[in-house]
Amino acid sequence: MSELFGNEAWWVIILKALLVFVVLVVFTLFNIWFERRVVARMQHRVGPNVWGPFGLLQSLADGVKLALKEEIFPKHAHKVVYFIAPVIATIPAFLAWAVIPFGPEVTIPFTDTVTPLQLTDMPVAVLYILAVTSIGVYGIVLGGWASGSTYSLLGGVRSSAQMISYEVAMGLSLVAVFIYAGSMSTSEIVAAQAEDTWFALPLLPSFIIYMIAMVGETNRAPFDLPEAEGELVGGFHTEYSSLKFALFFLAEYINMVTVSALATTMFLGGWRAPWGISQIDGANEGYWPVLWFLGKTLLFVFLFIWLRGSLPRLRYDQFMKFGWKVLIPASLAWIVVVCVMRRLIIDDDLDPTKILVVAGVLVVALLVVQFIPERRTPAVEAPEPDAFAGGFPVPPMPGKQPVAPSGAPVAPSGEKEA
Amino acid sequence: MTAFWLLAPIMVVAALGVVLSRKAVHSALCLAVVMISLAMMYAMQDAPFLFAVQIIVYTGAIMMLFLFVLMLVGVDKTDSLVETIKGQRLVAIVLGLLFGGVLVTVVAQAFVGPVVGLGEANADGNVHGLAKLLFNRYVFAFEATSALLITAVLGAMVLAHRERLEPRRTQRDLALERMQRYAEHGEHPGNLPTPGVYARHNAVDVPALLPDGSTSEISTSKTLRDRGVVRDGAFAGDVSVTMRRLEADGPERGRVEPPPSTPARHDGEEDL
Repeated sequence: MSELFGNEAWWVIILKALLVFVVLVVFTLFNIWFERRVVARMQHRVGPNVWGPFGLLQSLADGVKLALKEEIFPKHAHKVVYFIAPVIATIPAFLAWAVIPFGPEVTIPFTDTVTPLQLTDMPVAVLYILAVTSIGVYGIVLGGWASGSTYSLLGGVRSSAQMISYEVAMGLSLVAVFIYAGSMSTSEIVAAQAEDTWFALPLLPSFIIYMIAMVGETNRAPFDLPEAEGELVGGFHTEYSSLKFALFFLAEYINMVTVSALATTMFLGGWRAPWGISQIDGANEGYWPVLWFLGKTLLFVFLFIWLRGSLPRLRYDQFMKFGWKVLIPASLAWIVVVCVMRRLIIDDDLDPTKILVVAGVLVVALLVVQFIPERRTPAVEAPEPDAFAGGFPVPPMPGKQPVAPSGAPVAPSGEKEA
Repeated sequence: MTAFWLLAPIMVVAALGVVLSRKAVHSALCLAVVMISLAMMYAMQDAPFLFAVQIIVYTGAIMMLFLFVLMLVGVDKTDSLVETIKGQRLVAIVLGLLFGGVLVTVVAQAFVGPVVGLGEANADGNVHGLAKLLFNRYVFAFEATSALLITAVLGAMVLAHRERLEPRRTQRDLALERMQRYAEHGEHPGNLPTPGVYARHNAVDVPALLPDGSTSEISTSKTLRDRGVVRDGAFAGDVSVTMRRLEADGPERGRVEPPPSTPARHDGEEDL
């Protein structure tokens, strides 16, 4: 951890805080446009393409329109809580970015001041991110409760249950990273990945668990049950309009970027250039790393959008069962494996390359097993379909001829009986 | 110390709010404020790990579960003020005063000054120092606490567990049952019609209209029907008004027979 953190001039801190704010708001506007364009492409549509180059200004226009809409207070709303809930949801979303590293130490242009491209850092930075996101849940829950509507309440309760459960899996998947990096500070984790490899490779199971948990944590499709339109109208924000709704919207998109940035920092080497570019001199110095960082983050945002474009929503009980009975036990078991492996590597009883070789052999063996043809059991002859089984009409299975009640096959269409 | 003097008034006000607010949810919120301020106090005293854990565990998980229960159980109820245990209030007041007296005496005797020894305790970093203490010197106490907690969790599971007497009915079983009922009694297997379909309003108390213009009784909630607050089809009336206007305009123009107001007809009259 750099000595500079916590000992910088006040104007540097204010400048960096302002930049983080601006980057987040602009990134949100970009992400809304990006999501609409990508989803549109996946659905053979064009998406917003009128305002600004490639329609880039569409989300700005939408934002202005949203802010100018009428503000509605429902009759049964609890005024104070209803009013502060969106604020509680939004502020922690911004706060989490205080410890995300954008790049290495740089000189601020036109001055001699050297500063790391990160607002601040602390020994428990990652825990701090988990803490502020857990405060953000309050905004959603309170918004749902204070609206005085059943849909909102159910949406709020769903989201709280969901975010708490998936935060457990998320935290457990990060434990393996802490063990490998020997620190919980974000800048040190990035530094540890510079010496080692990106943690996504040796800690692949953690990476996969984290990626699933981050989708659950941010209430995004296919885990967007708190705002399932078919069941809950809009979930916790059903009764919200105008700027207050915009704040919820902003918080959701920032949270999406936050977990993406955290995934980049923890598993994909943070701001360090990917292999191939990192061989070029100066790729990891100056302001270039910001580009690599934002690029990797955008990769995860694209993953979010891709998931939304391809997967249907899960059923709530299956979703919870998956979180508690699959993700959490799997990450617990994996942590035990990592602890043992780490101890053996530190004591020089085990060569890290040996582990990779064993893991590679296992993966290849699994793949080979997949290609072995299954022994086919002779198909049991299906009984003659009964069109009125149990007294109600049964359509034929695909590829079967419908059978008339008397047993005579129905004449194919087009050949009308005289 | 500035942080203390900033946070202390907030904490005291929030703590009073916990006791004095009428709504349980507001009390819970005030408690959350107290907890977050407490976490900031920890951070001020060079205990960043405790700061993060206090917020994650207490504010993020435990308080959230409290809130969860409060919201679902008593959304709008204020507590009843009837004493269930005789003399409970008196005992509570006396004990509370005694405890408060002890607390004030002890705190008043404490020496308030700059905190010392933090640098020494955090020599290898806060997290490492804490881990060293927990897993060396206090390892037995730590393990005993975890055993106690696990026992409590198991107890909660045993208490909440209920033996299942019959096999769980799957979605498939339910669907088959529904179709069986349709085959035997002609009960409609699908969803009930939603209120307001084809009617003038889509409010819950406006029944849906059937193709012949009559209203579908089962499209409204039974509670509303029993209370007698269901509005009429909201169409028949409009039609008659329109008809009267048309007739006033002149008998020749666009005469339409009003739909006969037949009673609602639907398979499956009873509630599913």
